[in-house]
Amino acid sequence: MSDTTKMPERHEPGAGPSRRNLLKCMMAGSAGVLWSVAGGVPMPFDLGSGKAFAATGDFTFMQISDTHIGFKAPANPDPEATLKDALAKVAAVRPTMLLHTGDVSHLTKPEQFEQAAAIMKSTGLETHYVPGEHDTINDDGKSFFERFGHDKRTAGGWYSFDQAGVHFIGLINVVNLRPGGLGYLGPDQLAWLAADLKGKTASTPIVVFTHMPMWTVSAAWGWGTDDAEPAIAQLKRFGSVTVLNGHIHQVIQKVEGNVRLQTAYSTAFPQAKPDTPGASPGPLKVAADQLKSVLGVRRVDVVRDQAVTLTDATLAA
Amino acid sequence: MSALRFGGRRAAASAAALALPLLLGAGAGSWIGWHSVAAAPAPRDVVIDNFAFGPATLTVPRGSTVTWTNKDDDPHTVVSDSDPKLFKSGALDTDDTFTFTFNEAGTFKYFCTIHPRMQGTVIVQ
Repeated sequence: MSDTTKMPERHEPGAGPSRRNLLKCMMAGSAGVLWSVAGGVPMPFDLGSGKAFAATGDFTFMQISDTHIGFKAPANPDPEATLKDALAKVAAVRPTMLLHTGDVSHLTKPEQFEQAAAIMKSTGLETHYVPGEHDTINDDGKSFFERFGHDKRTAGGWYSFDQAGVHFIGLINVVNLRPGGLGYLGPDQLAWLAADLKGKTASTPIVVFTHMPMWTVSAAWGWGTDDAEPAIAQLKRFGSVTVLNGHIHQVIQKVEGNVRLQTAYSTAFPQAKPDTPGASPGPLKVAADQLKSVLGVRRVDVVRDQAVTLTDATLAA
Repeated sequence: MSALRFGGRRAAASAAALALPLLLGAGAGSWIGWHSVAAAPAPRDVVIDNFAFGPATLTVPRGSTVTWTNKDDDPHTVVSDSDPKLFKSGALDTDDTFTFTFNEAGTFKYFCTIHPRMQGTVIVQ
């Protein structure tokens, strides 16, 4: 038997109760039921069984991005070496798995894919990939999917899987790009996403990973996705949504209610801050001894009943 | 540094663009002497620099062969908007070139499929 715990009114439409209100809820809970947070959503915690209703295991995974194997311009003549440095950082953390958010290669060349695959294999880690626009030049990702498509994918290449109670969704926003446009998901992928999310409880932590930003960081520089909004709209009902991407070779964060979007470092070369006058969205040359301080990897910790935490570390750190 | 390089290339491109009309003008008095040269399909150049096609709109006579050269450290493509594609380059790495001969008159829009914000037009007269 348990008392009914009345939740105070929500302060923000679409967002969960504030921390203060949540604490009130927890204090108001009877001896039989406590409120805890699973995936950002308040959940009744049954003291009798000692188990939260949403099972989210603690685990750590990592993200690398924009390895650009085959690049050889002055901004980094040896991206193979800096990828190896990045993977050494990854190995030190011993994550459960690794995400690669695209631009594995510089020019979609078979030898670049092979070289990247050989270096990546050295980690021995389960690794999930999505392509960047550098991986899909002129073949809509066909050769990329042949090499890195071990995940059970849809015909379009996008896919999802579950790990430790977290639902992972790999989206593809670099194929069928339209003249004058930004990144593009397309109606087929959006419909698939709706079907994929259907029936998932709001307490399921969601991690989306894709290449291009899922909000417009810079329209002039093509740093965004034309139809990101309808995708994000589908994710808003979840208590914890983390959207990870690459493409812009620097860390920028946006938080929209329960949806946190964060771009990542490259392991190959940096790019200028968005819309820097006189600059372009291309490789940025920095002093050789500074390069490692503008490249990096990301650690993601998923801790039971707490927010997903992201920690970005440079290769110099 | 890159601004200086860019200025240098732009100046060179402008000089090249000016060269033909100046020669024709200077040669007006001896038109026949220049005729065979002017009548041959002249190659035309588009330089890809700083994530832009330059010139963004190029006007050429029918039969012209247009050459695109990528001067960026990032790869680009040159792909017509039309479906089916009238022309479609591979990935152009730094200093790679792509050529296409326009045998039909018309306005041909194209873009970079890697960076679709980059757009250009060739007008064939």
